[in-house]
Amino acid sequence: MSQTDFSRKAGYFLLTDYVKGFLLGMRYFFAPKVTLNYPHEKGPLSPRFRGEHALRRYPNGEERCIACKLCEAVCPAQAITIDAEPRDDGSRRTTRYDIDMTKCIYCGFCQEACPVDAIVEGPNFEFSTETREELYYDKEKLLDNGARWEAEIARNLEMDAPYR
Amino acid sequence: MVEFFTQTGLGMGLLLVGQVLLLVVPLLLALAFLMYADRKIWAAVMMRRGPNVVGVFGLLQSFADFLKYIVKEVVVPAGADRAVFFLAPMISFVMAMIAWAVIPFNENWILADINVAILYVFAISSLEVYGVIMGGWASNSKYPFLGSLRSAAQMISYEVSIGLIIIGVIISTGAMNFGAIVAAQEGGGGLLHWYFLPHFPMLILFFISALAETNRPPFDLPEAESELVAGYQVEYSSTPFLLFMIGELVAVVLMCALVSLLFLGGWLSPVAFLPDGFFWMFIKMLGVFFVFSMVKAITPRYRYDQLMRLGWKVFLPFSLFWVVFVAFAAKFEWFWGIYARWPM
Repeated sequence: MSQTDFSRKAGYFLLTDYVKGFLLGMRYFFAPKVTLNYPHEKGPLSPRFRGEHALRRYPNGEERCIACKLCEAVCPAQAITIDAEPRDDGSRRTTRYDIDMTKCIYCGFCQEACPVDAIVEGPNFEFSTETREELYYDKEKLLDNGARWEAEIARNLEMDAPYR
Repeated sequence: MVEFFTQTGLGMGLLLVGQVLLLVVPLLLALAFLMYADRKIWAAVMMRRGPNVVGVFGLLQSFADFLKYIVKEVVVPAGADRAVFFLAPMISFVMAMIAWAVIPFNENWILADINVAILYVFAISSLEVYGVIMGGWASNSKYPFLGSLRSAAQMISYEVSIGLIIIGVIISTGAMNFGAIVAAQEGGGGLLHWYFLPHFPMLILFFISALAETNRPPFDLPEAESELVAGYQVEYSSTPFLLFMIGELVAVVLMCALVSLLFLGGWLSPVAFLPDGFFWMFIKMLGVFFVFSMVKAITPRYRYDQLMRLGWKVFLPFSLFWVVFVAFAAKFEWFWGIYARWPM
């Protein structure tokens, strides 16, 4: 038996692996915890984070969406449904803008396709509901999201702009 | 009043019930916090926080779990043998509890001071196999059956070496009563006089065998989640499952008590100038339990053939050799008679 074999056998009987493992375990025991206390603490989000959708408005209150239907066309999950009519002042606007959030795969293509930055995916990811029906978003809900998250969305778009 | 409790049958019965409750209630309460401690220690080694929502620091987690288990639905598999199916967890739980009858926590703090205490504990822990194998068989399902076969083979294998290890201690003491075993470890040297020094290899062997005997990691093959889902517990839910789980943990704590009594001097103080007492026993049990938990956190699971090889080819010969060695050392009083401690 060679020298190495002998020391391995000795280590086996003296449980050196377990002693080492125990000491390593103790070191981790007192190490800072990596768990986040989720509802109270949250991890950082990238400006590109693709969360809940929102329809934005211009600062003067006019909605951005011009009903070009590029997002509807590009949506791989066919989650978006748009109907459009000319408004009284002659501008083209949507009469219906629905997103089925249960179909959506959060790929962000709608945001990419949009020429006027109207439809965006905001930083909100906590929008679970108790029924499916609540996840069939309509235009009103999306515009409401836009109003609620405008500050965060505008900041994220600005931060990501240099890389676009 | 005193006469009522010491002379009449009813009074003596009531006294006994009171004593039993005095043991069982604190034990089960302690168990709830030990389970919490187990999870916290495990979590800490993984750099997680562990349960911290229910109560202050999550201290009431076990009680929340307890409530959850008892309000759940009891599901009985279609082909199960109902009587045996429900008997199994009860056996598991009752066997784990009644072994405590002979465990002293302090001098004369004991329910039944019988002179073959070690044999009694050993016999009861052998019977615990029945809960496991009956549960596996009565479930009428593949995985529980395979799990219970494994568990039965494992528990029986390691009981053999546990028995031999205990014999070494019995030879040294000359008695099978825990009180006598602890008394034999008493001496001016404090902790230097305990059995863990002369019987050091056996302390390690006993501890590892205890892990295997109680189906704790790294020997939790009966429950091997990755292969057998949860072994013999697969078909159990609600209170029967709770009974299995409590039974298992009570067995673990019993092993902690045994290690403290046999090798760490029970309720004796480690240093001469501090008084002996219940809290030493308590601290020692907690210490051993901590190591139990740490082992769970740091070891990977053994393969089944490795488990059997370790039991039969390493532990059995080694503990058998140790029995012979201790017998000679005690008879001829080698090493200044540290192996011969019976009253001369």
